[in-house]
Amino acid sequence: MARIVVDPITRIEGHLRIEATVENGVITDAYSSGTMVRGFEKILKGRDPRDAWAFTERACGVCTTVHALASVRTVEDALGISVPKNAELIRNLMFCTQYVQDHVVHFYHLHALDWVDVVSALKADPNETSTIAKAISAWPKSSPAYFAAVQQRVKTFVESGQLGIFANGYWGHPAYKLPPAVNLLGVAHYLEALEWQKEIVKIHAIFGGKNPHPNYLVGGVPCSINLEEVNAINSERLNFVGSLIKGAIDMVEQVYLPDLLAVAGFYKDWAAVGGGLKNYLAYGDLPTRGYNQPDSFKFPRGAILDRNLDEIHEVNPRDSEEIKEYISHSWYKYSDGDDAGKHPWDGETEFNYTGPKPPYAHLNVDGKYSWLKTPRWKEHPMEVGPLARILVAYASGNDDVKEVVGEALAKLDVPVTAVFSTLGRTAARGLETRLVVRWMKEFYDDLIANIKAGDTRTFNDEKWDPNTWPATAEGVGMSEAPRGALAHWIRIKDKQIDNYQLVVPSTWNASPRDGMGQRSAYEEALIGTPVANVDQPLEILRTIHSFDPCIACAVHLYDPAGKHIRQVKVV
Amino acid sequence: MAENLTIWQTMQAKGHSRREFLKFCSFAAALAGIGSAGFPRVLRAFEKEPRPPVIWLHFQECTCCSESFIRSSHPIVADVVFDYLSLDYTETLQAAAGFQAEQCMEDTMKKFAGKYILLVEGSIPLEDDGIYCTIAGKSAVDILRETAKNAAAVIAWGSCASNGCIQGAAPNPTGATPVHDILSQPVINVPGCPPIAEVMTAVVTHILVFGKIPELDSQGRPREFYSRRVHDTCYRRPTYDAGLFVESWDDENARKGYCLYKMGCRGPVTYNACAVTRWNEGTSYPIQSGHGCLGCSENGFWDNGPFYRHLASFPGFGIETTADTIGTVVGVAAAVGVTAHAITTNIRKRKLIAEEIQNSVPESGDVEGGEE
Repeated sequence: MARIVVDPITRIEGHLRIEATVENGVITDAYSSGTMVRGFEKILKGRDPRDAWAFTERACGVCTTVHALASVRTVEDALGISVPKNAELIRNLMFCTQYVQDHVVHFYHLHALDWVDVVSALKADPNETSTIAKAISAWPKSSPAYFAAVQQRVKTFVESGQLGIFANGYWGHPAYKLPPAVNLLGVAHYLEALEWQKEIVKIHAIFGGKNPHPNYLVGGVPCSINLEEVNAINSERLNFVGSLIKGAIDMVEQVYLPDLLAVAGFYKDWAAVGGGLKNYLAYGDLPTRGYNQPDSFKFPRGAILDRNLDEIHEVNPRDSEEIKEYISHSWYKYSDGDDAGKHPWDGETEFNYTGPKPPYAHLNVDGKYSWLKTPRWKEHPMEVGPLARILVAYASGNDDVKEVVGEALAKLDVPVTAVFSTLGRTAARGLETRLVVRWMKEFYDDLIANIKAGDTRTFNDEKWDPNTWPATAEGVGMSEAPRGALAHWIRIKDKQIDNYQLVVPSTWNASPRDGMGQRSAYEEALIGTPVANVDQPLEILRTIHSFDPCIACAVHLYDPAGKHIRQVKVV
Repeated sequence: MAENLTIWQTMQAKGHSRREFLKFCSFAAALAGIGSAGFPRVLRAFEKEPRPPVIWLHFQECTCCSESFIRSSHPIVADVVFDYLSLDYTETLQAAAGFQAEQCMEDTMKKFAGKYILLVEGSIPLEDDGIYCTIAGKSAVDILRETAKNAAAVIAWGSCASNGCIQGAAPNPTGATPVHDILSQPVINVPGCPPIAEVMTAVVTHILVFGKIPELDSQGRPREFYSRRVHDTCYRRPTYDAGLFVESWDDENARKGYCLYKMGCRGPVTYNACAVTRWNEGTSYPIQSGHGCLGCSENGFWDNGPFYRHLASFPGFGIETTADTIGTVVGVAAAVGVTAHAITTNIRKRKLIAEEIQNSVPESGDVEGGEE
């Protein structure tokens, strides 16, 4: 038995630490700890609810916009505001933009190096890479000369002796299975995707003024539409959006999806690893007839228990018995005892650090060990994210989802149960991106049609003035962030925020175990993950990265006495 | 391993001609704001120096600065990361994790002592022995001090590292502190939530080309990008001067693109390049897309709200002259913690501004205490 320490886990957003026990080359236990806190809930108290989107948007700059969207919905829910059709469509376009950019960046820049061996790409025959590229896609950048140039660039880089972001990678690890020619394809598209990702987010700049962190507005969107004015959303701006969407469809269908399936074909053994929890939760999103009509959502809402795809459970975020947060293993205290579970409307955020004083070697995992609280749905730990969304939609009979999932399973020649895995999670992210770019085009066409029909409204001013508000109000706003189910809860009193709580996707997935000892998604998914070499925890990164963590992390392995036996050393 | 290659060698290896290299140098020179007189210096820097090693730290932040950085269009980020710099430690992009990642940092600190650039994203929580942000079991403040010790230059990315940003907003639960309040050496502050991508890459390029930090203002900000108010460079400024304002979101005036001053725009009190450089390869900036400026590059902007309460609610508001007064007062009030490394200051102007402050003490008090 051994325990591994990997701290920090890189290629994620934020600060996360995981400690894991390894027996006979397989992980038998794991602990996930968020090691940074800022105290948003405390800072929001007493502020103008109309400002909350800007504050909460800063919860994350990687999945920028998602908290802003959840926040404006929360305030609109509390005050009974419905937004104009154009605002719904523009918000949907911004939502889709975020998905496409975020998922592509995750695949190529945060996750790919777990599967693609950069050093091996130096041995590739560019002719072979070209043949493979042409066989799987119509993407035009596929000539032998192109891949030879990429290879030369990497070679020059490596020979410079300054390896930069590739230094100390796990190159040559036996778990890398791609042939050199496919590794070269991956490296080429790593560079192309890095250049492309800055294009698609221009849609955020057009509607919200900038990216990261575009502007939102309670009651609609801040941009006006005026086809007789250069100072508003006009034909030129709409054309700009249209051409960016076209580019996104090409990128996803001709690069991301073919690459994903090609790489997955070499790693089918990872369809049996990292399944983890058997419960999945999705709040749903992309409304087409108003946010209060969940049956109009492109991504449906629902919960699945014990992988039973025959039954979709309804989810009610207002019910104080459904969603609760626990702090048995979190550095907080509750006024009525640390074993209590609190619905977010009654949530409390009081720090209570009981961990070791830094610098420290390891945490006391028997006690409190994370800055993340532990959310539960009807006491069940739930996985959220692309896999949960795809499963809920699949089980709901969504035709679009059934089609893309069916196609992918057929291409890979694997059964549907293969999706309950590290590979399945990574594949689900790509499949939903394919749907999202298609839907993006639909929303764009709807926006044009609506403007053409004479509707240019983007804002509902009925409740903008705080003097129109009731003395007290409470609301909840949900969304499907790229990383999963996201919701904000607000209580408004005397025109100010009285209480504000965020339960974010990575809180569901990365939280410590609960008082009953039930592990959350990361910890559970690591159980059974193979570790060929405790000095090189590549496999841990694969499973953790398959969730696309949005907190910085660190993974630790200890010996039975709880002492570090080794830290990782790599050439 | 071969010896470290210069940018010229790298470009040669990539098949670029000398002519293309010269074009690149003139472009870099233009980007760095120097005329043809400084051109030879650029050439020398790129031809002879190995790629400068960089350590990029993450503390209390949301990674929006890293995300913004990779949006850079000129130069594109792949060129920055692979050809111009050696990004030796960055939790966001590096392949290695855990001990191997920390080893990268240690190697660079040892091998390039006194030569590496330190980039810091995020504030540093000082309360309670630093327990609110730890990496590899070490507190953020210890990591910062250790890496800064032998850094050639320190850049504080974004408002978190420059002024504490959101986690530093009242009541600042974790004691979030900006980099320049912790280190004794000069710190280049590049504020904004986030800063503009091309501003970030230009600041780095500036150091790389000239081998010295750009000229800074009294708050440690590069003058190149932070010496103009958004209000003074805003394309909607003429409508402000004409007294044409948006009165309500999406009203007739909003649809004509009139001034957002009355909707809470902080352009008059915000020093940034947004209205000139614009965002995302010049696509737009907040005001162009219909929302007022939040003032995200200014100290304490989160507490200078609520965001939709317009500046007219500050005492003494009147068209034009007072708007300018508010701008200068806030600019200087924020500069009270004038840092020792301020490079140049226009003495005469400072005198004038000092008199201005003297004459408007009650106003500046209100400006700072904007929170209801």
